[in-house]
Amino acid sequence: MAMNNLKFDASDALLAAFDVPNGAKWAMEARGFAATNLRRMGAPVKRDEYWKYTNPTGLTALPTPKAALFINDETPMFDGVDRVKLVFVDGVFDAAQSDDLALDGVELETLEDALRKDIHWAKDLFGVLEANGQNPVERPLAALNTAVATQGLVIRATGKTDKPIAIRYIHSADTSDAMVHHVVKVDAGANLTVLESGPGAARFNSVMEADVLDGAAFHHVRTQGRDHERRTATHMFGRLGADSIFRSFTMTVNGVLTRNESILEFTGDNAKATVGGASAGDGNGFHHDDTVFVTHDSLNCESRQVFKKVLRNGATGVFQGKILVKEGAQKTDGYQISQGLLLDDNSNFLAKPELEIYADDVACSHGSTVGAIDDDALFYLTSRGVPKSQAQDMLVLAFLGEAIDEIDDSALSEGIHIRLAEWMERRHG
Amino acid sequence: MSDVIVKEGVEEETVQAVQSLGGKYKYGFETDIEIEYAPLGLTEDIVRLISEKNNEPEWMLDWRLQAFARWQKMEEPDWAMVDYPKIDFQDIYYYARPKSMAEEKPKSLDDVDPKLLETYAKLGIPLKEQALLAGVEVSEEERRVAVDAVFDSVSVGTTFQEELKKAGVIFMSFSEALKEHPELVRKYLGTVVPQSDNFYATLNSAVFSDGSFVYIPEGVKCPMELSTYFRINAENTGQFERTLIIAEKGSYVSYLEGCTAPQRDVAQLHAAVVELVIQEDAEIKYSTVQNWYPGDENGVGGIYNFVTKRADCRGDRAKVMWTQVETGSAVTWKYPSCILRGDDSQGEFYSIAIANNMQQADTGTKMIHLGKNTKSRIVSKGISAGKAQNTYRGLVSMHPKAANGRNYTQCDSLLIGDKCGAHTVPYIEVKNNSARVEHEATTSKVDDEQLFYCRQRGMDEEEAVALVVNGFCKEVLQALPMEFAMEAQALVAISLEGSVG
Repeated sequence: MAMNNLKFDASDALLAAFDVPNGAKWAMEARGFAATNLRRMGAPVKRDEYWKYTNPTGLTALPTPKAALFINDETPMFDGVDRVKLVFVDGVFDAAQSDDLALDGVELETLEDALRKDIHWAKDLFGVLEANGQNPVERPLAALNTAVATQGLVIRATGKTDKPIAIRYIHSADTSDAMVHHVVKVDAGANLTVLESGPGAARFNSVMEADVLDGAAFHHVRTQGRDHERRTATHMFGRLGADSIFRSFTMTVNGVLTRNESILEFTGDNAKATVGGASAGDGNGFHHDDTVFVTHDSLNCESRQVFKKVLRNGATGVFQGKILVKEGAQKTDGYQISQGLLLDDNSNFLAKPELEIYADDVACSHGSTVGAIDDDALFYLTSRGVPKSQAQDMLVLAFLGEAIDEIDDSALSEGIHIRLAEWMERRHG
Repeated sequence: MSDVIVKEGVEEETVQAVQSLGGKYKYGFETDIEIEYAPLGLTEDIVRLISEKNNEPEWMLDWRLQAFARWQKMEEPDWAMVDYPKIDFQDIYYYARPKSMAEEKPKSLDDVDPKLLETYAKLGIPLKEQALLAGVEVSEEERRVAVDAVFDSVSVGTTFQEELKKAGVIFMSFSEALKEHPELVRKYLGTVVPQSDNFYATLNSAVFSDGSFVYIPEGVKCPMELSTYFRINAENTGQFERTLIIAEKGSYVSYLEGCTAPQRDVAQLHAAVVELVIQEDAEIKYSTVQNWYPGDENGVGGIYNFVTKRADCRGDRAKVMWTQVETGSAVTWKYPSCILRGDDSQGEFYSIAIANNMQQADTGTKMIHLGKNTKSRIVSKGISAGKAQNTYRGLVSMHPKAANGRNYTQCDSLLIGDKCGAHTVPYIEVKNNSARVEHEATTSKVDDEQLFYCRQRGMDEEEAVALVVNGFCKEVLQALPMEFAMEAQALVAISLEGSVG
């Protein structure tokens, strides 16, 4: 009982900690609905089954835990890509550092502006995909985000676009508590690429609701930077129409606490989705959690989940993946692989790869492996004159490479490869 | 006897053979004998009564009461993927025994009520010491199985006790063991599955009535297979038995367990606890064919099977192998586990779980690797048909000190029909880098090409499915002792009866 009260005290405190902004009637209703939902669920606690492997305290504690700023001289991610750049500092849109909100084939505005308009297409999406994603598993941090977030982007792709939208998050205050909410709609037959990079804030809570209509393609690549003390919780809610394509990939290095949830739902036939991730964790403080929930509710769809984690010096990697195939979702092809590579004796890999299947004409499989670097492969390389530490790095990068290959754009995957190679290098420094 | 009209030339024997495999639950009969019940419901007095009926020592009663006090504060777990009406624990009889067993226990099987013996004969369980299991043609010397027959709350008798005694093996009912070897029982009881382990284990600790006790002394290879046969007969009664097997240094035993119950339209509860203690270089093989009444095709009646089974490999190089064929029960909640404490110890789990009609099974294993160089292997085959739900739930945990631990897990699910479900919920926790853990799972339907191949050769669809399914289960069936493998193979076919077309 005491535990339950704790949950509800925490959710009330979180709601009270943020000012609820003004907006159009529909937006206020969506926020109110999410707040009610959150009050009903309570904040997540370690005892919750869905948080079995990740302690959510750092994501819900008040006041916001401090995270010292991390200064580095790396070139910002995706700088070499021809893109529309949009910058958020501690979760607040910074127009001065951003490009114009203009791109052929795309309608782009800030969440704040969109939610003030009485008539807006976002009405059918804002908080809607998030609310759908609360069943059968509750995601209180996403409800909190919908209830209080004012910052974010509202993006609608109406045709073919050739430039990606690149969102850059800058962390500049050591107690910033950011709530960012993006709404994305890719119209039938249209395509869109969204890139996200940077740690964002001392504590960063982001939600992206992406509606990919029939025959549309959505591509999402995200990197969560080297900021050691930051905490992050992200939710990607994807809805896939018939013949659509959805791809999302995340690279994470460092960070005290990262929980990335992807919740995808197939609603039309013949669609394809891939969710992938490569993470490299160094040190006791590192805790990284990928939680994926894919629901098949239509015919002949294909989903892939590919997650790789390299862990050293006491780092912890978590994977919770689920493929749910509803009754009648025949001809589903579901695939899921999660692998952990432990570079020393202190690191942990915890996984819960689940299948829940109610249709018989399906092919679903999952695999999960954990272990150290393969001695035979290491011997092969060293016997050919490659120094041991270099041979190890090669094997680690090859291991992560299998996940990075899920990015269907060589210019983007190349940048990720380089970052991870640099991460390996730093071990020797 | 057959009242079926058959074509000329078809032998009566064939008809009977086919009928016996005829898909209906064939152990659903009821034995009509006088039963003595404890009063309905569960109170401290009932716990005292059970203890008194068994003439237990004081410490045993205290242990039960302790468990009962704890149980009253516990809540029924709800995390398994099974759905059943809430159990009214006050609407169950916690103790039932045939009146003929009441006063003085029969001295030998010859004194046992013939009706009871008849029941076991009908079930195909050899209670005569010279009896052999049907279909096995080997010399008497090689193939003997000692049986402990448990009927509702009491053990009816145990065969081959004298001969086992010569080898130093103790095999008797739990209640007898409490009288004859209280020191052994006291030393090991609750050390593998503690009183407080979980809701059903705690309930069992308070009200268990009987069960089997096995002790294999150092260096002894048990001269025959041991077996316990559980039969629920009385209506509205829970069966709570407790099995404790201790294998001392360098010993070996193979133990078989079978279960059936009459066909009734009210669900019945079965909550057992099995504890295995395995010392250095010892090995236990534990095989179960669970065929409790599964309820009818609309989900009416059947057994709720909530069982806690755990093996503790205490010594180095200890070995345990769980093999289970789960075809019965309306609801199954069962996770035979291995604690691999000794260095180089090994745990294996082979399982076939078949759920048809409205059956629900949530079953799997836990492999807890604590010692160095420990190995485990999990092969689980789940088959769902009708409107059944079948879940594999398992844990593989490599502790920081389990250097060079190895695990391989394979879970395959087969779906027959589009109204059933197959689910996999594995937990993998690895905390040291010299360990290697591999987990694979697949879910698919019966392969059309394989079916076509069989049909082409003249099999009907149901036969073809049974054959394909048997192939799917092969790895597990091979791990069973021979008699069980044959029974299991037939069961696989029967359980799927009516699932096609």
